[in-house]
Order: sequence, then structure tokens, then C-alpha cells
Amino acid sequence: MRMLKFLLQKELQQILRDPSIIRILFIMPMIQLLILPLAADYEIKNINLGVIDHDHSQYSRNLINKIISSGYFRLKDYSATFPQAIKSIELDKADLILEIPGHFDRDLIQENNNTLFVAVNAINGIKAGLGSAYIQAIINDYNQDIRTQWIQFPRFNPQPMIEVVTNNWYNPNMNYRVFMVPGILVMLVTMIGSSFAANNIVREKEMGTIEQINVSPIKKYQFILGKLIPFLVLAMTVLTVGLIIARVVYGIVPLGSYSTIYFFATIYLIAILGFGLLLSTYAQTQQQSMLVSFFITMIFNLLSGLYTPIESMPEWAQIITRFNPVSYFIEVMRMVMLKGSGIADIRPHIIAMLGFAVFFNSWAILNYRKRSV
Amino acid sequence: MQTDKVISVSNLTKKFGDFTAVDNISFDCVKGEIFGFLGANGAGKTTAMRMLCGLSLPTSGEASVAGFDVYKESELIKKKIGYMSQKFSLYEDLTVWENIRFYAGIYGLSDSNIREKSRQLLTELHLEGQENALVRSLPLGWKQKLAFSVAIVHNPAIVFLDEPTGGVDPITRREFWGLIYEASARDITVFVTTHYMDEAEYCNRVSIMVDGKIEALDTPANLKQHYNADSMDEVFLHLARTATRSQD
Amino acid sequence: MKQFLIFVKKECLHIWRDRRTLVILIGMPIVQIILYGFALTNEVKNSRIAVFDQSKDDATRLITDRIAASRYFNLEKNLNSYKQIGESFREGIVRMVVVFPINFQDDLLHTNHAQIQLIADASDPNTANTLANYASAIVNDYQNALNNDQKLPYNIDVQLRMLYNPELKGAYNFVPGVMALVLMLICAMMTSISIVKEKEMGTMEVILVSPLKPFRIVLAKTVPYLLVSLLNIISILLLSVYALDVPIKGSIFLLMAESTLFTITSLSLGILISNFSRTQQSAMFTSMMSLFLPTLLFSGFLFPIENMPKALQIISNIVPAKWYYIIVKAVMIKGLGITAIWKETLILMGMTLLLLGISIRNFKIRLA
Repeated sequence: MRMLKFLLQKELQQILRDPSIIRILFIMPMIQLLILPLAADYEIKNINLGVIDHDHSQYSRNLINKIISSGYFRLKDYSATFPQAIKSIELDKADLILEIPGHFDRDLIQENNNTLFVAVNAINGIKAGLGSAYIQAIINDYNQDIRTQWIQFPRFNPQPMIEVVTNNWYNPNMNYRVFMVPGILVMLVTMIGSSFAANNIVREKEMGTIEQINVSPIKKYQFILGKLIPFLVLAMTVLTVGLIIARVVYGIVPLGSYSTIYFFATIYLIAILGFGLLLSTYAQTQQQSMLVSFFITMIFNLLSGLYTPIESMPEWAQIITRFNPVSYFIEVMRMVMLKGSGIADIRPHIIAMLGFAVFFNSWAILNYRKRSV
Repeated sequence: MQTDKVISVSNLTKKFGDFTAVDNISFDCVKGEIFGFLGANGAGKTTAMRMLCGLSLPTSGEASVAGFDVYKESELIKKKIGYMSQKFSLYEDLTVWENIRFYAGIYGLSDSNIREKSRQLLTELHLEGQENALVRSLPLGWKQKLAFSVAIVHNPAIVFLDEPTGGVDPITRREFWGLIYEASARDITVFVTTHYMDEAEYCNRVSIMVDGKIEALDTPANLKQHYNADSMDEVFLHLARTATRSQD
Repeated sequence: MKQFLIFVKKECLHIWRDRRTLVILIGMPIVQIILYGFALTNEVKNSRIAVFDQSKDDATRLITDRIAASRYFNLEKNLNSYKQIGESFREGIVRMVVVFPINFQDDLLHTNHAQIQLIADASDPNTANTLANYASAIVNDYQNALNNDQKLPYNIDVQLRMLYNPELKGAYNFVPGVMALVLMLICAMMTSISIVKEKEMGTMEVILVSPLKPFRIVLAKTVPYLLVSLLNIISILLLSVYALDVPIKGSIFLLMAESTLFTITSLSLGILISNFSRTQQSAMFTSMMSLFLPTLLFSGFLFPIENMPKALQIISNIVPAKWYYIIVKAVMIKGLGITAIWKETLILMGMTLLLLGISIRNFKIRLA
């Protein structure tokens, strides 16, 4: 125990003495948390609309107005012909083109049916999918308006009508930031924790001080603990700074309790720091450890469900995510912060994370050799 | 005599694949002795020392340090020894006092003991008033002396020094050897590798390694007599000429 | 010129010797393409939902069956009380709950009007929207079937055409983005680290006293990374064509030429960073903060630029990856020629010249 005290004291002094560490630890999270959520707005809005209006009637104008006033679309371009409109898609001026045929209302009355033509730039599949769904819904609505205008409906509906009402829980304003901020916080804590831990032991190797430790009676687990605890404290500080920013800047007040977040974060960080330390017991140079930890955390982050939902992934990728500690923490953060889940709700996550923590740290302790063969 | 043996090595061998770095060496060291371990670069000095410190596992042979077996009791050995490596072994980004406290602390000294020891140590090294200076800012000679003092702060039975005076000016080297004599007077066995032959003259006994084997082991005076040489330098050149290994 | 080639050879040997790093350099783009191409999609399928059926009649059972049978939804469980809705959301199991009110069928038959409530877990807004859209469409289908597919009067149809990517595959969007990301990462980060490494080790001094012009030396360090990058572009393109079925519609030569241009832009950024960094660690963090993140954020392939605040939109213009991304999309996916992208190409060229100029100047100052 006494030995550990001295190890911790030394690590903490080294960390506090290095100004670049402090800079990276506090300024980087601030910048990331202040810029990333502003930028990482997946919400599909501001779809650029190009219109080819062959009709130029009150009806076509009404339709266009209705589309614009939905808030999802911005009228960017009027074209006279379809090839012209395609040009505007090629130049990224328009994302979606609506072609309204001539004599729109006359044909609708005479033939009881008319067709609007919509072409979407589908390179970005999500945007295309949602954009076309929005415009179809608006056109449907407009269709309904015309019917009520033109026909006098009886008091009861002539045909069975099922009305679908959608309630959006936990994020009624559909604010994308609410969804992204907890995830970005996880990514941040992970990147800082793992890269610092990965570099640390390698640094002692490069400096030669590790020899001095190896001839001393320090136990292996004491050495690893001595490295783990200071970084745990640092990462927790970053998490706290992040949670404060989330609350003050983005107004995200967790529905669940902070103690649940900190409880799970502790286990998570022990796991992720153990992983970083494990890497550094293998690496020979700092360049190697930086590159490897960067590469692996990148895969962890991409496959974490931060950007795309896990259940959309193919089977093999879903299996990988089960071995990815980051995906558990992102899920837990979103559950606790946005939906108010408690300890009981996240029990499976806790058990899995304890497993990771024990696994990575025991491996790191085993692989750290005081004596070479 | 038997009780005085603090290091006892017999037929110790270390192989890296086909390469035999240390080839069947045997020797003993007694309490308070200054034992010089000489050899050209690549002769196997450092490898032999690392085995005795418990940093490297021997391939075969036997060795005990401070009464403990190097195979099974290396962690017990570590409580009884101090070590100063070729690479500089203090933390450059910690202060003098922080380094002393850290190393004294991990060898289990009590707080009052640490304070007393470090005061004593700072006075000896004439570093009073420098205890809050970063080690990085000290001149190399002072760093080496500090590193040595820190290596024996817990009063070990043996201290291993791996080329401790590399790159240090002659005056500082002389001061450094003063510290070594003081340690020896306190019954600490000093096991030192070097390739400065004038330093070899300061040792009680000297062993000379060539190609992984100990070619000669005696007091400097006896060695000079035996090889009919005026200085240790000549003795060494005479023996090293037979080396086949490249001197990196 | 001969001396220059000797230097290039030495640099290639450095990279070749460090196998672990080389494997990562070559493997990184491949792993990224595979992940982005196959694993990362927003396509909604098999989303777990629950049903809270308070009516339990034929109509609700039929609608439930239709929803459960679709490939978008997996019916995870039936709920018995309103309270359970919150519970199952909190456990994180289901994404949406379909609620049928009491007397659903009766209302539908007698008043011709009934209501279904969809409660979505909107913590992820896009998925919530998409799920609600799909569910509504299924209910709509059921309603039409109920009406014997009889058409309503004055019907407006929408004929929809998805251009370039009819299957709405994510890869079309990701491949150009990954190309930008990988080139930026490998060229800029690795060159800056390798130049700084020579500074740290002191070998730079030795090289600087040699008769070669200093800037040639730095250029020689970049050549191997240029080669690795071109190799990476080729592997990315091969993977995207043969594994992801993303065709190259435009000219391959144009694509390669533009990629080489962007590679040079990235290399000059790497040299620039190395001028300002003393240690490998700081070169690494500077590259991460000033190159990797901005590329990820502002190239437009992950996050739509038009949604960003005005200030960030303006900043995005100085990120070279944004222009390269536009170019690759135009050439590769849309099949356009140089006439469509000459403006972007000029911007990229200007940036490259500017960056090279600054780094040459700084390099000279450092020597003086």
C-alpha cells in the first residue's frame, strides 16, 4: 500500500509538470465539445430543392409554398427543363428536383389522377431516403387539402381511415445534439485515456527508467495500478468538464443520476486504460504505440454505434461490437442521460464491462515482465 | 569466510538463440568488496549483471545474490540490491527531492527515515538548496552522483553499477569513486562494470571478460604481476587481443 | 538527381524496415473501406419494437402481423401496461412502441376513423423518423387493402427516381470520404512524424551538412509516402469497385491525377507541421487536431456542411479535403469531367502552392 502511495505521487507529479499534457487534457475536450456537436448535426434539414414548374398556376405555387414552409427544404433553383435541373444536381446546387407537369389542376380534375416527378441525388443515401419521404408526405397532405377543398365530405368518413400519430419521447424537438453530445463525450474520454496510457510505459522504456523500476521490489500489479489510477483521475476530470459543458452549453441535464454515470465510467475507464497499458507493454517506440492505439481506437469508435445504429450493421459487425467496450459505454451514456435508465437497467452492461476490465488489466500485468527470458 | 559471500556464481550461462552471451562463468564476491567487472563492448558484462539483478533469466548454471537464488527468489534479491544502469536512471522531469523520496519510498523506508536520509544525502553531495531543482537542469556529473546515492539510499547489501562514469570528466569520476569507497566502508558490496582501466586500479578485485568468458580474476596488483605489465591497461590489451567477437 | 534518388531509397528502406508500421499504413485504408462499406449503414432493418395492444381484435392483430413481417421490424415483445413502455425504453431494448387504443376495430368499423399511436425513442432522431415513416407506410397499406385498393378521387401520384445510387447504399458517400481521410492521415501525419523524428534523433543535423539542398532532402522524405498513398488509392478503388460495387463512372486518369494533387497538398501540410514541432508526440497531436479532425468534420462526408453554423461553414472552405471530396464525388460517382470541377481543382492547386511556399520559406529560416 505504501509502495503504491509513492508510485502515485510520482506519476501525478510527472503529469502535472508537463504543460502539454494539461493543454491536451483540457483544451482539446473543450474545443471538441464546443465544435463537434455543432458540426455533427445529422438532422436532415436544409435539403436544397430545385423546381421545374411547367404549370405556373395557383396550385403549383401552393404546393411549392407548402413544401418550403415545412422547414425541411430550401428553394434553391428554378429550371425550365429537366436537363437543366439535372445540371443543378451535378453541381450540387440542388439535392432534390420536383417537376410539376403543365395543366396540373386541369388534368387532375379530368383524369382524377396526376403524377408529380421527383428526382433525388442519392449519393448520400440517408439524406435521399428521408428527403424523399418528407416530400411524399407533404404531397400527400397537399392531396388531402385539395380533396377537402373540392369535395364536400359527409360527416363521417366514407371509407375507413386510420390516423397515425407519432410521439417522440426523450427528445421531442428531435434535436440531434442531444443525441450526439453523450456519444462524443465517450469518444473523447476514450481517445485521451487510451493514448495516454499507451504512451506512458513506452516512455519509461525509451528513457531507461523502467530498468530502475524492474530491479526494485515493486510488484507488477502495484506498478500497473500506479499507472492506472492517475490516468483514471485525469480521465474522470475530463469527463466532468465534459458533463459541465453538456449541461451549461447544450442544456443536457441527465434524466438518470450522475452517480450512475460515474459508477459505470469508473469501470469503463479501468477497462480502457488497461487496454492502453497492455498496448504499451508490447510496443517498443512511442511512434509505434501511438499509431497502433490510434488505429484500434478508430475501429472501436467507428464500430461503437456513435455514427450509425448497431442493429443496422451486418451480423459479423454486430458480433464485433459485443467485444467493443466503447459501444457499451455509448449505449449506457445515452440510456442514462437521455432516457433516465438506472443501475438495474444497465446490469448486463456492467457485467460485460467488469469482464473487460479484468481481462485487459490481467493481460497487461501478465505481459509486463520485470525479467526478460 | 563462507558467511561473507554475498554473490556466488557457478557455471552461469546465457544464450540468445545460437549466440552465447555469457559462457559458463563462476566467481564469488564478499561483503564490502569493490568488485570490478571489465571487458570490451559486447563481452557480456551487462548481460551477466542483468542476470544477477533479476532482469534477465539465466539459461543454465547457478547463482545466488545476498543469499537468494536468482531463478526462484529474484523478487527477494531486489529488496537487497541497488542498481544504476547505463542509461540515466532518475526521472528528469522530477526534482531532486522528489526522486529521492520516490526511490526511498518504493524500498519501504519510513517517512522520517526518508527525510533524514535525504538531508544527509544532500549535504554529502553538496546539493543543499538544490532539492527543488529539476534533475534535468543538473550537470551530468551531479546527476550521476545523485543516481548512485539514490541507488544505495535503502542501504542494500550489494549495489550494481553498469558503467556509471561514462561521459563524465576526470574530476567528477574521482569524486564518484570517493562515494564508492564510502559505500564499501559501510559494508555495501560494490559490483561495477567499466572500461576505464584507471578505475580498475581502484577495485579490490577485478575480473576481465573476453567473449563471454572470465579470462582473469584477481587483485589488480596480482594481475599486473602475472602478466608482467605496468598498468591494467596493458593487462587488458593483452587479454582482449584474443577476442574474436566484433567490438561493435 | 542521383543524390536525390539515393535519399529516396534510404527513406523507402526506413519504411520497409518498420514492418509493424507498414502493415498499419497499408491495412488502415482497407479496414476503413470494409468498415464504412459494410458495417456502417444507416439503413434501418430488424429494428426491435414492442406492441401495446389494448384492443386485441382482428384488425390490431392483422396490422401487428404486417408490421412484424416487414424486414424493418422485429417484434420483440407485447406490453400489458402503459408503464412498461418507459421501462422497455430504459432497458434500451426497443426503439419504438406501437400503441393500439381500446376498441380499435369498433371505431374503425363504426366511425370509419381510428387512431394508432407510435411512440418512438427519439434520442436518435433520424432513426426515430425513419421508423415512424416505415410504420406509417405499413398502416397505410393496410388501410388501402381495407378499401379494396379503391382509389381516392383526385389522386396525386409521386414518381420517384433515385439518381446515382438507386439502392441508397452508404458506400457511395463513404468511399470518397475515406479516400480523403486516408490520404490526409498517411501523407501529412506520417511525413511530419518522420521528419521530426530525424530532428529528435539528431540525424537531421548530419543530413543538413551534406551537399544536398535542404529542401530536396525534405522532398526526398515525402516521396515514399507519396508512393504508399498512391498504393492506398489503388487498393481503395479496387475494393470499392469489386467488393462494394461502387463503380468509377468518370475517367480513372482524371481521378488519379486529382488524387496525386491532393496527396501533394497533404504532404506539404505534413512538412509545414514538422517545421513547428519539436517532438514526435507533439507532431502527432498537432496532426490529429489540425488535420484529422477537421477532415473528418468539414469534408462533408460524415456531417452535412449545410447544417453547420455559418462560421463553421466558412471555416470548412479552408479544409483541402472538402474540395477533394467534391471532386472525387463528381468524377467517380457522377461521372463528370474536368469542366465540372475546374474551379475546385484550381482551389486545391492554389492551396498546394501556398502551403509549399510557406513551408519552403520556413525551412530556410530555420537553417539561417
